[in-house]
Amino acid sequence: MSVAPAETITYRDAIREAIREAMLADERVFLMGEDVGAYGGCFGVSRGLLDEFGPERIRDTPLSESAFVGAGIGAAMGGMRPIVEVMTVNFCLLALDQIMNNAATITHMSGGQFAIPLVLRMTTGAGRQVAAQHSHSLEGWLAHIPGLKLLAPATLADARGMLAPALADPNPVLIFEHGSLYNLEGELAADAGAVDIERAAIRRPGADVTLIAYGGTLPTALSAAEELATDGVEAEVLDLRVLRPLDDRAIIESVMRTHRAVVVDEGWRSGSLAAEVSARIMEQAFYELDAPVARVCSAEVPMPYPRHLEQAALPQPGKVVDEVRRMIGVPSDE
Amino acid sequence: MSTTAGRTTAGIDSAHGLELLRQMLRVRRFEEKCVELYSATKIRGFMHLYIGEEAVAVGAMQALGPEDAIVATYREHGHALVRGVSADSIMAEMYGKVEGCARGRGGSMHLFDAATRFYGGNAIVGGGLPLAVGLALADKLQGRRRVTACFFGDGAVAEGEFHECMNLAALWRLPVLFLCENNRYAMGTAIERYESETDLALKAGSYEMTAWSVDGMDVLAVEDAACRAAAEVRDGDRPCFLELRTYRFRAHSMYDPDLYRSKEEIDRWKQHDPIPALIAQLQASGILNDGQLDELERSIEQEIEDAIAFAEAGTLEPDDELERFVYFEGTAP
Repeated sequence: MSVAPAETITYRDAIREAIREAMLADERVFLMGEDVGAYGGCFGVSRGLLDEFGPERIRDTPLSESAFVGAGIGAAMGGMRPIVEVMTVNFCLLALDQIMNNAATITHMSGGQFAIPLVLRMTTGAGRQVAAQHSHSLEGWLAHIPGLKLLAPATLADARGMLAPALADPNPVLIFEHGSLYNLEGELAADAGAVDIERAAIRRPGADVTLIAYGGTLPTALSAAEELATDGVEAEVLDLRVLRPLDDRAIIESVMRTHRAVVVDEGWRSGSLAAEVSARIMEQAFYELDAPVARVCSAEVPMPYPRHLEQAALPQPGKVVDEVRRMIGVPSDE
Repeated sequence: MSTTAGRTTAGIDSAHGLELLRQMLRVRRFEEKCVELYSATKIRGFMHLYIGEEAVAVGAMQALGPEDAIVATYREHGHALVRGVSADSIMAEMYGKVEGCARGRGGSMHLFDAATRFYGGNAIVGGGLPLAVGLALADKLQGRRRVTACFFGDGAVAEGEFHECMNLAALWRLPVLFLCENNRYAMGTAIERYESETDLALKAGSYEMTAWSVDGMDVLAVEDAACRAAAEVRDGDRPCFLELRTYRFRAHSMYDPDLYRSKEEIDRWKQHDPIPALIAQLQASGILNDGQLDELERSIEQEIEDAIAFAEAGTLEPDDELERFVYFEGTAP
């Protein structure tokens, strides 16, 4: 048990503290990416780190995603522990060749000779009216790729604690930071440390339905669960945390308890992580189900700019509540 | 005048000249045997031959020490052989056997060998350049005076990754030796048909790095240039670029019917075959006689026969190991 006092901290601060701690602990760790230095990070995550660690270890890069992501892979193979920041998941498409054809394959293609201890951080998700080239949740695409590990911290503890084990992992680990979470504030022990990066976590226990969420949809699912509780429906909220490899066991065990599942995913429905989770439940727990698995995903449109349309496109607590009510036969408010 | 190991002011150093010849012949004969083995379906998949271009890998590799790193392309049998990856393990790799230099997981296009710091066999054109930049960055950050030699073809110059990496390596003064093997064709498209500026050294030079063109059909010229460039990289704390002007005598790959260039053009380039040229030079200098050449050929033939026997006797990985090596086994070094 932690004895250190809890302190109020934001998700952004928690990530910065994790980077600081990693850099203090291991000289091989360095951070590079667009505007991580003088600007302080596009989302303010690395503010102050340039002054503390200097430009060799807090490296501003040109707008050359493929080169600096690939350089991260090469540096990892050369014995360093790079943290590479890509501003958003949309921009990581410019580095997809390096992510897919090098990071995910070299260990295997070389017959296991080379480790790639690279951490690739990027912002994901919508909600800030930044339209159709800065808002998408493409985690599902990347989760398709064997050889990568994917993490989605949705809590302060995970924002603070996932980086160290990700850096210790000999494989490329992608960390998705949902843009709407950076200002999330709460209490965290001053000495909060590493967390596991293998298991999903139950964020709210319940017996009637499992709401499966990750990253930016965790608050959505928790909010839906609160509303459902007023109907007397107890929803269990499972935070996937690790998007690849998925923690099948946690998913199936929860469904075995509740016999119903709704997957809440900010990705588009077609070919989504929600589709994968749903298929696994069908494969492994079909006869435990009292209802078909439901999905609440983003509408299948490029993200529109106007606030009302963006909100209409995104998974909302109300949509989750409606799915659950429909599933268990509780009349909706209307 | 030159001060490299390959030449003295009096001419070619005899032992070194013979070694350059031996390396070029090894690569040539090894690949000629690969063609037979491909026809016999012992080797499958894509296979790209280096025949005609041997002077580039052999010459350039003279500038590197065991501490240096190599990133190569899918046309890399020669680079691996010259670097010291054993013919046995390369042949076994092409046979898809566990004894291969990548346990058979990579094949012809993906030769890897940690022991000789051979970082592949990259089959995405331009895809190896960012890796080389990163390996060099790791050396720089750790204060190691090492060179990362990055081989790539002329086709890569049209890729965005080329330009991103030229800029990044020069900006950060990283110790990368960029070795552009200009064989004049991006698969089947002639350089005049895909580059607005065909002087590739001029292009690279615009990124504030020393860059020049070299006759890639002359192993001594390549060696001399590579040694000077590597010294600049190692001691000058900055990247360097060489355009090695060469030509492949064979088609792009075993699938290529080679319809896009004339026989006359190929024959014209064969007049500049680097191997007969060096033989003639060594003979004229009294360094090589017919008996020595025969002996050289015999020993190379034996090495290749041994490699084939090694590959034939190798083992196929059991199916139940299929999913190994997707993730690294153990902790990272």
